[in-house]
Amino acid sequence: MSKVQDYGSRLSDPNSRKLGTFSYLPPMDADELRKQIEYIVSKGWNPTIEHTEPAHAASNYWYMWKLPMFGETDVDRILAEIEQCKKANPGNHVRLIGYDNYLQSQGANMVVHRATIEV
Amino acid sequence: MAKTYQAGVKEYRETYWDPAYTPKESDVLAAFKVVPQAGVPREEAAAAVAAESSTGTWTTVWTDLLTDLDYYKGRAYAIEDVPGDDEAFFAFVAYPMGLFEEGSIVNVFTSLVGNVFGFKAVRSLRLEDVRFPLWFVTTCPGPPHGIRVERDKMDKYGRPLLGCTIKPKLGLSAKNYGRAVYECLRGGLDFTKDDENVNSQPFMRWRDRFAFCQEAIEKAERETGERKGHYLNVTAPDVEAMYERAEFAKELGTPIIMSDYLTLGWAAHQSLSKWCRKNGLLLHVHRAMHAVIDRNPRHGINFRVLAKLLRLLGGDHLHSGTVVGKLEGDREATLGWIDQMRDRYVKEDRSRGIFFDQDWGQMPGVMPVASGGIHVWHMPALVSIFGDDAVLQFGGGTLGHPWGNAAGAAANRVALEACVKARNEGRALEKEGKEILTAAAQHSPELKIAMETWKEIKFEFDTVDKLDVAHR
Repeated sequence: MSKVQDYGSRLSDPNSRKLGTFSYLPPMDADELRKQIEYIVSKGWNPTIEHTEPAHAASNYWYMWKLPMFGETDVDRILAEIEQCKKANPGNHVRLIGYDNYLQSQGANMVVHRATIEV
Repeated sequence: MAKTYQAGVKEYRETYWDPAYTPKESDVLAAFKVVPQAGVPREEAAAAVAAESSTGTWTTVWTDLLTDLDYYKGRAYAIEDVPGDDEAFFAFVAYPMGLFEEGSIVNVFTSLVGNVFGFKAVRSLRLEDVRFPLWFVTTCPGPPHGIRVERDKMDKYGRPLLGCTIKPKLGLSAKNYGRAVYECLRGGLDFTKDDENVNSQPFMRWRDRFAFCQEAIEKAERETGERKGHYLNVTAPDVEAMYERAEFAKELGTPIIMSDYLTLGWAAHQSLSKWCRKNGLLLHVHRAMHAVIDRNPRHGINFRVLAKLLRLLGGDHLHSGTVVGKLEGDREATLGWIDQMRDRYVKEDRSRGIFFDQDWGQMPGVMPVASGGIHVWHMPALVSIFGDDAVLQFGGGTLGHPWGNAAGAAANRVALEACVKARNEGRALEKEGKEILTAAAQHSPELKIAMETWKEIKFEFDTVDKLDVAHR
């Protein structure tokens, strides 16, 4: 039994909260994030950035950063917008969405910046 | 000129074999695999199937002359060899729209797979595919919500969903059962599931199970910040009890319930599905008894037909086979019926066992569920086969983890996300699966242990029901 590990997730620890797809993996580095954006662009999806205070992350509606970047295919410009959103909203989680208008859904949705919460 | 009445037995092909017939857009079309009795010509056997599944009976009756039989009769219009089977042949039958009640799957199948299956002129019979005309599709209720609405309600995007059936399937108390649910959900699964034969036995009555599972869901949601569900099985001995259970699930505020559409009965299931749309609950559909109907390659109904009719009856999830796990499943055939569950329009594709073009109109899609004997090592293949719009269910593969359900769930979630991330990066999942999982396990001790636990398990029995392909 001594080798069995406890599963460390607690109601009292806000850093236990998960944030959807890829939140069980280590944070992506710049190169990995670039590849995910390339995937969204290659699918013809419309990139969109959203952010929220961590306490309100469970809401369906995070704050939308400007408007969806309809037709944007330049990965560097999308990365630059993510940086701008992060800078303008310190302490917020930031996520990137790829809107798939054909399926009327989100083809991709991933947290690209997770705010650390001091406990 | 009016016909004259002549009593007696006529050959079916005089009336029901019509190779010159061009099927109409409004016809219901069916492809049967027929093994005729010795000495019965193919055209006669095909015509007999068309007759017995539509207007015909064994002898001429005078009242035939009081109707326009040409307007109502089914017609066998084509015959084809079955590749790899010298005794059987495919018979194609067209049924005019007036034969069927609008929106009634019960009615269509009472004709198509009714008395004809016990008919003496054929040795065996299998319904391989049915083309439902668009007019019929639009008269059926269809999925209560469909894939897109489910994603929005559950807030899950860009990956397959993860589930697990709670085991042992029978004998746990409601509170212990809820514990198993809670552990799975806090570890990272989206859903857990009642086993199909968990209804309301003395060891765990339904009301207690529902209440404890709901507490498990709510705590796991607060803890993880993600939305969770448990398929509360409302399959019951009678329709009144089914509704009572569904109403209680709604009162609890649970997001999803389940039923077994074959044992429950199609009329009861269609009613439940309509109730689910009206009340905003998702509907998970299990398929107990399907193998009795669909497994024998020469008798019964192919699962692709059972899958199509479920989309019409209504359901948001349907078990589809895994291709890679412990249960039967031919890869190409499975891909064929998951297309029928999800797509707007499916083209004829014999390499996937699809005999007809099928237009689904505006009807939402059903999420296929891959469940049975799968574990983390299967993840790359499952993501590659099913894509994002599916639920992957790991029962033993979650609960059998040496550190418990939460760790097992986390292992599956990490493996899933690693595979989706790699796929998005353009990597070949089935080829590089081992490297992808091994790299992910560097950051997840839960996944590392899971990979060590299940490394050697494989299911390599041959499929009994294969697609018909040439053996010569």
